[in-house]
Amino acid sequence: MRLLTHNILSSNIKGVTNGFPLGIEVEKVVEKQVEINHDFLRNIFPKIDWKAFSDASKIMGYVELPEESPEPSVLDSDLDFLRKFHHALLELHLEEGALVCPQTGRKFPVNKGIPNMLLHEDEV
Amino acid sequence: MWYLCVFYHRLLDYRKPEVESLADLFGAFGDKQSADFRTQNRVLEWRLPKHHHPDSPFHFVNLPSEDVARNVANRSILVKGIYELWGEGSSYEELEEAVKVYPDERKLPYLASERTFKITVDSFGKVMSLQEQNERIRGLSYIPFKGRVNLKGPDHNFWLMETDDSATNNGLPPVMGRRIFFGREVGGADRKLIPTYQLKSRTYLGPTAMDAEMAFLMANQAQAAPGKLVYDPFVGTGSILVSAAHFGAMTMGADIDIRVVRDGRGPDCNVWSNFKQYGLPIPIALLRADNNLPPWRPGLKEVFDAIICDPPYGVRAGGRKSGGRKLLKGVVGPYTVPDDKRADHIPSTASYSLVECVHDLLDLAAKMLVMGGRLVFFYPVLREDDSVEDHFPEHPCFKLVATSEQILSSRYSRVLLTMVKTSVYTEELALAATIKHLEFKENHVKWLEDGNLHSSVFSPADVESGDSKVNKESKPKYRGKYV
Repeated sequence: MRLLTHNILSSNIKGVTNGFPLGIEVEKVVEKQVEINHDFLRNIFPKIDWKAFSDASKIMGYVELPEESPEPSVLDSDLDFLRKFHHALLELHLEEGALVCPQTGRKFPVNKGIPNMLLHEDEV
Repeated sequence: MWYLCVFYHRLLDYRKPEVESLADLFGAFGDKQSADFRTQNRVLEWRLPKHHHPDSPFHFVNLPSEDVARNVANRSILVKGIYELWGEGSSYEELEEAVKVYPDERKLPYLASERTFKITVDSFGKVMSLQEQNERIRGLSYIPFKGRVNLKGPDHNFWLMETDDSATNNGLPPVMGRRIFFGREVGGADRKLIPTYQLKSRTYLGPTAMDAEMAFLMANQAQAAPGKLVYDPFVGTGSILVSAAHFGAMTMGADIDIRVVRDGRGPDCNVWSNFKQYGLPIPIALLRADNNLPPWRPGLKEVFDAIICDPPYGVRAGGRKSGGRKLLKGVVGPYTVPDDKRADHIPSTASYSLVECVHDLLDLAAKMLVMGGRLVFFYPVLREDDSVEDHFPEHPCFKLVATSEQILSSRYSRVLLTMVKTSVYTEELALAATIKHLEFKENHVKWLEDGNLHSSVFSPADVESGDSKVNKESKPKYRGKYV
C-alpha cells in the first residue's frame, strides 16, 4: 500500500464521523522504484491532503517532505522536490501492517500490500 | 479532410465509437481544456461509399489532419487502415480518371525517387489470384512512381482495393456493391497486440477475465493515456487494467473478494504478476473494498480520469456487498465478532443486485471522475425479437456518448456504455439520481431482479409448439452483430 492510497482512504464504520486520516502501524516497509511521470504527479498533487501525507511519510520512515504544502508551481520549478514527492507518494510500500481508525481504534489489516477495508457485520 | 477508413469486419457496433473516442483523444475537436462538455457535440462526419451498406467495412470519415488520422488508426484495434484516397470508381477506367484528376501537389511528394513504396492489392467479397493481383498493379502504370519498390518496410504503402457483392447474403441487402479504391495508407491497427496479450498466455486468469481485444477497446473508449489515473472497482484479475496500463495510464483497482486481489493462486500467480508478465507498471493500489460502502476519504472528489469496468450481472459471476443477507433484512441483529477471531474473520456478504450495483457505480463515478472524465462499463440486455433494450441507466452528471452491443447468445447481449461526466457532483444531483434510479428500477428492470437474468440465460429453450420452430427458420441468419 502506497501513501497515495493511504491519502484517499478513510474509516467508514457506521457512526464514525472522523475517520480520516487513518493511523498506520508499520510492520514491514519496502521501497520499489517507479518511473517518474511528470503529468501524473502534476494532476494528482492538488488532490493530496498534505498534512496527512507528510505525517504518514514520517511514520513510514521518510522525513524529507516539508510540513507545509508547497505551491503547485514548485513541481515544475524544483526538481528535487518533485523527486521527493514522487518517492514518498509512489515508491514507499507498506507490505505488512495495519491502518487504524482514528475514532474507534479498529484495525484494517494490510497484508501483501493490500489493505482490507471490508467492514464486519456490526460496523455496517 | 475526408479519408477512407476500412475496418476489420467484426464487432460492428464498436467500430465507429472507437474512432470517435480516439479522434477526441488526439484533439480532433479542439483543445480539451476549454471544451464545454455539455453543449459541444463531439462527433465526426461519416459517409458511405456508393453501393455500400452501413455494415460494410468501408466508410469515409472527415478528420482535421493527417496527424490525427495516423494517431487514431495506429492506436485503434478495429481500423484495418485509414487511407488518403487518390481515386475511386465502379470500374478501372473510372478509377484511372479519378486518380489522374487528383491534384499533383498531393501525389508527387509520395512518388519521388528518394522514397521507397509498395502496392498492395486487396479484394473484399471475392478472391483474387496472385496473377490477377499483378495484372492490377501493372494496370496502374499511369501513375508516375519514381521511387524504388520495397516490399518489407516501404516509406509509403499504397492500396488498391476492390469490393464486390458477395454471392451469399441470405436475401439481405448486400454488404458491398462493386467499387474500386486506390489510396495511400496513413495508418492502421497493430493487431499483434492481441496475440501478445491473449488470455491463453496470461499467468493469472479468472472465469470472467476480459479478453484482450475487448479490454483494448474499453481502454480506447476510456481514452487511457500517460499521466491519467484509471480505476476499476471490480478489478478481479486485472484484465481491464492491463490494457489501460499498456496505453500508459496509471491504474488502481478494488474487489470485494480478497482471495482474488491479495492471494491470487500463489506468489507468482496473482494480479501483480499479470502486469509484470508484460513489463507494465503494477497498479498504484489494489484494495479489498465494497463498492456499496466505499472507503474513500469524505469530500474526496474528481480524482480519476476514467473508470472502466465489467460489473457482475449475476450470470457468470454474482455481485456481493457488505452485511449478511439476514442482517440486512433485519432477521438477525448485528453481531460482534469476538476479538480473538477478528483478524481472520471473513465478513458475510449479501447478494448485490445489478441495478443497485450500477446505481452505486454511477454515484461513485459522478463523485470521483474529473470533469470530462469517462465511465466505460458493460450492461447486459435480453434480446427479444432482435430489438435491443434501448433504455440504459442514466445519471444527471453524465452524457451517454456511445452504446455498442455484443451479442453473446440468442437470449442476451452485453452493451458497452460510454458516459462522459458533464456536471459537477452536488447533493441535489445525487438525490435526483436516486429518484431516477428508483424509476428505472420500476419501469425497466424487473426481469433483472432476483436472479431473473441468470434464469433467462440458462433456462432450456422453449419447446412449446411448431410456431417457434417456424419463427427460427424465417428469421434471417444475418451475421451482422454476431461478428
